[in-house]
Amino acid sequence: METALFVAWFEECARLVRADRDRLTRLDAAIGDADHGTNLDRGFTEVLKALADSAPGSEAEVLTTAGATLIRRVGGASGPLYGSLFRQMGKALESPVTLAAFAAAFEEGVVAVERLGKAALGDKTMVDALAPASRALALAVRDGVGVRQALDQAARAAAEGSKATIPMQARKGRASYLGERSIGHEDPGAASATLIMAALAGVAG
Amino acid sequence: MKKLINSADSVVEDALNGMAAAHPSLRIRDQVVYRADGPRQGKVGLVSGGGSGHEPLHAGFVGYGMLDAACPGEVFTSPVPDQIIDATRAVDGGAGVLHIVKNYTGDVLNFEMAAELVEDVEVTSVLIDDDVAVQDSLYTAGRRGTGATLFVEKTAGALAERGAALNEVAAVAAEVNERSRSFGIALSSCTAPAAGKPTFDLPETDVELGIGIHGEPGRARVTMVSARELAGVAMEAVHSDLPLQGDLLVMVNGMGGTPLMELYVVFAEVAAFVKGKGARVARSLVGNYVTSLEMQGFSVTVCRLDDALTRLWDAPVETPALRWGR
Repeated sequence: METALFVAWFEECARLVRADRDRLTRLDAAIGDADHGTNLDRGFTEVLKALADSAPGSEAEVLTTAGATLIRRVGGASGPLYGSLFRQMGKALESPVTLAAFAAAFEEGVVAVERLGKAALGDKTMVDALAPASRALALAVRDGVGVRQALDQAARAAAEGSKATIPMQARKGRASYLGERSIGHEDPGAASATLIMAALAGVAG
Repeated sequence: MKKLINSADSVVEDALNGMAAAHPSLRIRDQVVYRADGPRQGKVGLVSGGGSGHEPLHAGFVGYGMLDAACPGEVFTSPVPDQIIDATRAVDGGAGVLHIVKNYTGDVLNFEMAAELVEDVEVTSVLIDDDVAVQDSLYTAGRRGTGATLFVEKTAGALAERGAALNEVAAVAAEVNERSRSFGIALSSCTAPAAGKPTFDLPETDVELGIGIHGEPGRARVTMVSARELAGVAMEAVHSDLPLQGDLLVMVNGMGGTPLMELYVVFAEVAAFVKGKGARVARSLVGNYVTSLEMQGFSVTVCRLDDALTRLWDAPVETPALRWGR
């Protein structure tokens, strides 16, 4: 895994979020305030600008630049949460970037999201996609599978985790105000986290 | 969607340009609204903020006796830490800064990050969570902050204007929040410019009970009934959480799309309810103060006053949207 791949990851994130912007906003409209797609589109567009301007010299720098940009430009809850995910990953990422190093850094990033959002698995948040993806990466490292297959498994785990939020009652974020009425809707944060993992699997293939 | 905008992307910037042009008492820089005459040495600075779309909250409450700066985010999106950091540094007169934060995950996270990063200014935060429609338990994000925000900004602003210390200003802000409760009802949804269509579909025959201020659906949907019955639902919810007694400050707030005539219809019912409980409407406010774009509906916010708080409420204020006694 190398610097160019990480830059490509964010380019693909920006592309997938742009393509799915209206769906993310619709999911958010059902249980939140209808700005998730718009916010992430604006955020990842800014990330690409920041990466082009700063020409980061390492994988870790790509991640910390992306994280800081999301925090500074997105606002809402998704800015600080996704920003912390990438910034913490960048801080934790050891060189050379093997699959094991990436999986370990990703896990630290997810822990940072859980801590900041005070959310755990089952609260109907982005953690419900991120945590299964992290677990899939750890299992892939244990089983010694290749990078491409590992990232595919992580992307699938995120997608399944996101679908699993549909029957849940939200306990964090704005959707929690709806109580039982949040049941039956996919969480928009879990849906965007799925796109981010799909983007990584896509560029690694 | 038919809206008086140039484009969905520039709506906040364009609106702030308009505010700057209309109100010479304000100074606007990098999407932060300041008092043109600030900061004042030795005075505690008050900074609030949140998503745009709730006008006049917060930018309309920047001025003498209220806020020193407001940080408007994108529509229904909290501000970013950079805005809050800029505002905090700019309004510090050496006596520290109070952050007034509504309890929404995004607002809380961004204000927390900003407060952590501004190491050179003493910052205290007060969290507003007055909405009784939300069950306050371990299993939700906690009550939302809505109408009480205005009460807190006004009273804490008056105290800061008198030269009180940061801990005193923060204590009054927290006390007003403790003494205040709100409940909102929507007759229609609203359309965020970037989304382009109403956030939720609400049939002509129905209303949403227990809404927030972001066009999000409420706790329950029921058949439309009279203003008397709707006011009763809202006031029962408030009263069952914080019994109405003594002197009250009562606000009937429009959500942006309801005529003042209808808000007065509601206020009459609210006043009758208060009287029926043996309490007294000592101070009142009726109008659009904490809105949700063009949503039809109202919220009612009640604060149990004491003499000190009444004096702070009565103290002079001079802002674009709230002005008396000066």
